[in-house]
Amino acid sequence: MTAPVAMHMSDGLLNTPTTVLFLGVAVIGVAIAAVKARADLDDRAAPMAGLVAAFVFATQMLNFPVLAGVSGHLLGGALAAILVGPWVGALCVSIVLVVQALLFSDGGLTALGANITNMALIGTAAGFGVALALKRLAARGKAGLVAVSFIAALVNTVVAALGFVIEFAIGGDAAFSLGTVAATVLGVHVLIGIGEGVITALTVGAVAAARPDLVYLLRGTAKPLELRGKAAA
Amino acid sequence: MTTTTKRNLGFLAAFLLVALVLAGGVSYFADSNPDGLDHATLQGCTVAETEAGEELQGSCIAQNAQDHPLSEGPFADYTVGGDEGLSGLAGVVGVIATLAVAFGLFWVLRKRPSKN
Repeated sequence: MTAPVAMHMSDGLLNTPTTVLFLGVAVIGVAIAAVKARADLDDRAAPMAGLVAAFVFATQMLNFPVLAGVSGHLLGGALAAILVGPWVGALCVSIVLVVQALLFSDGGLTALGANITNMALIGTAAGFGVALALKRLAARGKAGLVAVSFIAALVNTVVAALGFVIEFAIGGDAAFSLGTVAATVLGVHVLIGIGEGVITALTVGAVAAARPDLVYLLRGTAKPLELRGKAAA
Repeated sequence: MTTTTKRNLGFLAAFLLVALVLAGGVSYFADSNPDGLDHATLQGCTVAETEAGEELQGSCIAQNAQDHPLSEGPFADYTVGGDEGLSGLAGVVGVIATLAVAFGLFWVLRKRPSKN
């Protein structure tokens, strides 16, 4: 039995200017998310959002096998965004990454900016973008919502991995072939994205079955309103 | 209103319980192989077990990685004081810490109702 492995980018993989650049990107991105998140947070949404962050932390510990000798784990941006909205969702994943870096020495401190940029900002934005584009399908019923969650999460994972590739292209060790790094990182993350898609689909499906009114993506669609009406009656 | 609140609390409690069980118990069954990112940075190296710990032989990106500045922390590497057998407890600590930080931030950020 071994403890979960470190899961995020360590310090030292990117040069200092690149590290500083993405710390700046992360600070600006998180600040914008914090301002925008206010509109989606009230007395009822705040506890749910806190739990989504805790759930993402828990689920990130569950590395699953993707290839011989290679594992993957949930990133959680699409999951969080579908449940509590993109701005709150980005904050949820950011908080998870900060807790992991400070409490569990998982993910470097100077690399925190790059890790937040990839997993909390870019991945979440891409995943939620896909979910929003497919909102009509998601609102059609459980199968639609589950399918949209799967696709959004898959895209979230691959785009977050693309973030690493871009950062490595800007400020990684040039002694290593960018093409090889890109092919490996993106190839493996397509497989991880399938796992992320399955976990996200199961989770969103379960929440929607119990409390469709708590699924952010379904806000303003007819179905949860009907159910909410029934519950209130 | 009371029914709604009760229903809400029940759901939130169930959600928390699932997170605690995943981090505290299911995490023992997690795959301990390097994740996708680590796999990519380890390409070109073999990991050799030496008396001083793991050593990377060959040439790979991961050799540029620096030790974590907080690697001596009480829960470093999802252990409790270095004990890997207690990684579930570390997970439970993580779930509670994440919940506390996130709920605290979201409660401060939330819109206050103007009436009620």
